[in-house]
Amino acid sequence: MTMATDDAPPTTSKLKEERANGIAAVTQSKGDDLIGRSVTINRPRDELFAYWRDFSNLPSFMDNVERIDILSDTTSHWVMKAPAGRTVEWDATITEEKAGEWIAWTSAEGADVPNSGRIEFRDAGARGTIVTATIAYDPPAGVVGKVIAKLFQREPAIQARRDLRRFKQLMETGEVATAAWTQKQRDEEKV
Amino acid sequence: MRALTWHGKHDVRVDTVEDPEILNPRDAIIRITSTAICGSDLHLYDGYIPTMQAGDILGHEFMGEVVETGPKSTLLKGQRVVVPFTIACGSCYHCGKHQYSACDNGNPADNQDIGQEMYGQPMSGLFGYSHLTGGYAGGQAEYVRVPFSDVGPIVVPDGLDDDEVLFLSDILPTGWQAAENADIEPGDTVAVWGCGPVGLFAVQSAFLMGAHRVIAIDHFPHRLELAKKFGAETINFEESKTYEALMEMTGGIGPDAVIDAVGLEAHGFFVDNVVDQIKASLFLGTDRTHSIRQAIHACRKGGRVSMPAVYGGFVDKFPLGAFMEKGLTLKTGQTSVQHYMPALLNAILEGKIDTTFLISHRMGLEDAPKGYKMFHDNQNEVTKIVLKPGLPVAAQ
Repeated sequence: MTMATDDAPPTTSKLKEERANGIAAVTQSKGDDLIGRSVTINRPRDELFAYWRDFSNLPSFMDNVERIDILSDTTSHWVMKAPAGRTVEWDATITEEKAGEWIAWTSAEGADVPNSGRIEFRDAGARGTIVTATIAYDPPAGVVGKVIAKLFQREPAIQARRDLRRFKQLMETGEVATAAWTQKQRDEEKV
Repeated sequence: MRALTWHGKHDVRVDTVEDPEILNPRDAIIRITSTAICGSDLHLYDGYIPTMQAGDILGHEFMGEVVETGPKSTLLKGQRVVVPFTIACGSCYHCGKHQYSACDNGNPADNQDIGQEMYGQPMSGLFGYSHLTGGYAGGQAEYVRVPFSDVGPIVVPDGLDDDEVLFLSDILPTGWQAAENADIEPGDTVAVWGCGPVGLFAVQSAFLMGAHRVIAIDHFPHRLELAKKFGAETINFEESKTYEALMEMTGGIGPDAVIDAVGLEAHGFFVDNVVDQIKASLFLGTDRTHSIRQAIHACRKGGRVSMPAVYGGFVDKFPLGAFMEKGLTLKTGQTSVQHYMPALLNAILEGKIDTTFLISHRMGLEDAPKGYKMFHDNQNEVTKIVLKPGLPVAAQ
C-alpha cells in the first residue's frame, strides 16, 4: 500500500517498504535489496533497446559480467566474476518485454543469487533517451553465500551506476573511457 | 619513456615509465615537443587537490607530433597538434552545446563516483589532474595517450613555433572564457585579481571585447609590469588598499565586472586568509578565498563576477549577502577549450593576441622538478616555464 504524497520515484523513498513496493510493481522481485538508476543517453530509443536486447552485448559495458550465453530468444546463461577467480552463474528468462520500451527478466530456480530486473527506455526529446535500470536481488545466506555476497558487496548500487555510465559512453562515443595508458593497466582495472 | 611524476607534497620526480599505447579506436599517441607547468599544477605540488596517487604523471598544457593513431582518429602521423586539457567526447548532450568541460563521457565510469559524491554530478576528464578528473596521465612526459583525438587536438599551421600556440591548450582559452564570462559591455571597467598567465590573458581578452579600462591587481611587481604593457592600470595590494583604490578609480561606482584569476591559494596576510589557512590545515575548510570575497565586495551593483580560478572544496564566510543585495551574477567553470581553439588560433595568426611574452624559462624534461621548485619559490620572475623533452639537462 503506497503512502507517498509526492511524485518522486519509489526507488528514492526513505522508507524501505516503499522501495520494496516500488520494485515489486515493476519486477518479479522476491528480493529485499534493490537498485534503481536512470541515465540519459544522447541516442535514439530504438537503437539503445536493440543493443540491450541482445544480452550477449552486456559484458561489453558490465565489468563484473564475464560472459552471457544466449540459450534461446528469451533465455540466457549469465557468468559473473566472483572473488578469488571464482564465478557465480544463473539462467535468466525474459518474462515480459515491449519492443523499444522495456525488458523485464528474472533468474531461474536454483540461481546462485536470485535476482530480477527491468530496463526501461523513454524518449527524452532533444536529449535522447532516459534509460532506467531497476534490479532486485536476494543476498545469499550461509558460508558459501557469504563469499558470493562479497561479489555483490562491491556496492551493487554503485556497480549499476557504473554499468549505466559505461553503456552511455559506448552508445554515445563508440568506446568505453579509460585512463590507462597501457593495455596491461587496462586489463588490471577490469579484474 | 621519461615522465614527471607526483609522489607527494613538494615531491615530483622524473621517472622511467611504460610507453603509452592505443587503447580505444579514437585514441592517438603524441610525442611531446613542448609542455608547460601551469599555476594550477602548483595546487597539486602543494598538496591541495585530493585524490592524487603516487606515480601520477602531471601536465595538462602540451603539444607535439602525432606518432600513432587509432582506427577512428582523424589525425595523421606527423601532424603537429595542440591538445586541450579538457577531455571531451564531442557527442554527448553537453558537447553538443559546446560545454566541452562538462562532457559526460571523458571521465572513466569508476572515477565519476568521487565527483558525484563531492559535487552532485561527476566532473569531466582532464589530463594529469588527480583522479577526481579521471586519473589520466598528463603531458609532462615524452609521450601521451590522447583519447577522442578526432575532437580535441587542433592541427598547427606550418610556420608557427610551439611557443606561439602552446597556450591554446589551457591558459589562453581560460583567460578568454574568463573575460567572456564577465559579459563585458563597451565602456566597462573590468577588475582582474591575479596577474598570472590566466589573469594576463584575461586582461588582453577584456580589451578585445570592448572594455574601456582594465584594472589589474597583484603584488608581484614584474607581473604588474606585464599587465601594464597590455594597457591595464594596476593596483599592488601590498602598497594600496584594493577596495578603496577600486572605488576611487571608478568614481565611487565599483568595477562593472570582476574576474578572480587567483583561486584557492590566494596570497596575502589578511585576517580571513589566515583563518582559512588554519582551517585548511585542520581540514575544517579547504579553500583560501580572499580574492573572490574581495571581488564580490568591490563589484558594482548589478555587476558581473567571473571566476576562472580553481576551487576544489568548501568555503565559509562567502559574502552571500553582498552577492544577493547587489544583484550580482557569477559565471565560472573549467574551460571549454575545444570551443575557443579555432578562433583563438586565428587571433594568434592575425597578431591580435601575443602569447610568447609570458615564457620566462625553457628547460628540458629532466629539469622539471627544478622547474616546479623555481616556479613555486619565485612567482615574481617565473611567469611561465616551458619544458621541452628534447632540450638537454641544464648545467648545474
